[in-house]
Amino acid sequence: MAIELHDVGFTYPDGSRAVSGVSLRVEDGERVAIVGQNGAGKTTTVKLMNGLLKPTEGEVIVDGESTAKRTTAQVARTVGYVFQNPDDQLFAADVRAEIEYLPRYLHWDDAKRETRVARAVELTGIAPHLDINPKDLPAAIRKFVAIAAVLVSECRYVILDEPTAGLDQRGFALLGTLLDRLQGEGIAVVTITHDMRFVVDTFSRVVAMAAGNVIADGPLPAVFCDDHVLNRSRIRRLEVAQVARDLRLGDQAVSIDDVVALIP
Amino acid sequence: MVLAELQDVHFTYAYADTPALKGVTLTLEQGMLHGIVGLNSSGKTTLCGLLRGIVPSFHHGELTGRTTILGRELADWNPDELATTIGCVFDNPFTQISGIRDTVFEEIAFGLENLGVAREDIITRVIQVIEQLGIEALAEKNPNELSGGQRQKVAFASIIAMDSDVIVIDEPTSQLDPEASEAVFEIIAGLKKLGKSIVLVEHKIDLVAEYADTVTVLHEGRVALTGTTREVLTDPRLRSFGVTPPQVTELAERLAASGRPLSRVPVTRAEAVELIGERMREEVGGGYRTA
Repeated sequence: MAIELHDVGFTYPDGSRAVSGVSLRVEDGERVAIVGQNGAGKTTTVKLMNGLLKPTEGEVIVDGESTAKRTTAQVARTVGYVFQNPDDQLFAADVRAEIEYLPRYLHWDDAKRETRVARAVELTGIAPHLDINPKDLPAAIRKFVAIAAVLVSECRYVILDEPTAGLDQRGFALLGTLLDRLQGEGIAVVTITHDMRFVVDTFSRVVAMAAGNVIADGPLPAVFCDDHVLNRSRIRRLEVAQVARDLRLGDQAVSIDDVVALIP
Repeated sequence: MVLAELQDVHFTYAYADTPALKGVTLTLEQGMLHGIVGLNSSGKTTLCGLLRGIVPSFHHGELTGRTTILGRELADWNPDELATTIGCVFDNPFTQISGIRDTVFEEIAFGLENLGVAREDIITRVIQVIEQLGIEALAEKNPNELSGGQRQKVAFASIIAMDSDVIVIDEPTSQLDPEASEAVFEIIAGLKKLGKSIVLVEHKIDLVAEYADTVTVLHEGRVALTGTTREVLTDPRLRSFGVTPPQVTELAERLAASGRPLSRVPVTRAEAVELIGERMREEVGGGYRTA
């Protein structure tokens, strides 16, 4: 099972071309970070993965079926999408209603609904907030509510758009645990992020995009040790990797561990 | 003059069960960049609201203790006057954009119009700010159609246009890519050079380390640590308040843990290069040279 993008292009109705010639494959249980400047085509790419957008060229295949033949709602049941801004997604009067919305909409029986809701609540640590209106919660907790509202579905792939924006150290740790558990359950996670520390600490595969194209796809060094890729995608090495470079210790260091090992 | 002086300030929002600030005592000097860090719900945004007077004039609640802003007690400030003296960029650009202006240009001009600035001056000022932030391409766009990062820049531009002497900024880069984040910090540093006082809430600790003069760590509504950036970011208690030290500081900790301590703990990249370079030269008798 996989999400496959075959030579995909997308042009918005106003004629602006967001992505072209994008080929990518995300396997079950895989974890992929998509990085690049604002406007590089990251959001368009993930919207193509979950059927919010249908390709204007090429083909997107989710678990063997082209998204062109399915409605967005059908694709979204397999590929969940957590928006960058939780306020684009949350609408119910309290957190519990927010999480229960999809199960009720799909007419799941009580037992199934309760099991799925309990799992989503537990994974995201939002149990203390169930009776509160999402609008009254701090942004970081709203983010986890938005994640829970997606995880309650039976999706096999989850897209997280800028999940660390506004998170403090505690939220960051919670997110890391959540990603590990999803991977343990075989659920793939695709993240768009500007947070390179998050990428280096949490991902082993990274896709760099620039001007609507994938310019690198592979293990961390494929992006973080390649000046050409870094320059084109406007990505920075981690601060410590830059220190190693400044000290002429080479450009192969990606993480703090790598740099510690390089210093005599 | 002191920018703000807080003595044993407690604040509880109306309808809230627990206080947001539980005895904050803090002095912020003028002309400096003050970084405010801490976990979510530690009181950072409430502190910003207090400095700007929207706590308690807009966000009501019970306020005790003494807050003095630019030498005048908070209660003696007219809220409108305080709002024009202290500019503020909110963390959520989606709430800051007025929503009633058709173009980014007009959006940036909005605050100046409310102040009654002459039309020609508004146009000059807005063009200047648009160039300063490099958002020429957005000027004619509808603010409601912008991405999160673009909105954040526009919200920022609106505040710079107001030209207040004091600017309170709540997480200005949460939706920006690394390059744009650094550009925003360059602008903030530029504002400081112009003599502005800046209070900045920011999670990106490496940027705080590079640019802030002082850092205050809030924890559960109290000041946990406050002092120069170096003092605070190298304090061994920092992590216990939910704040991760800068990467280069972590690197130094890791080296020390493996029996290779540096002569001093760095907080910025330049310091790290200098200190590690020094150590490497000692180790190998001058064989290495730093860039």
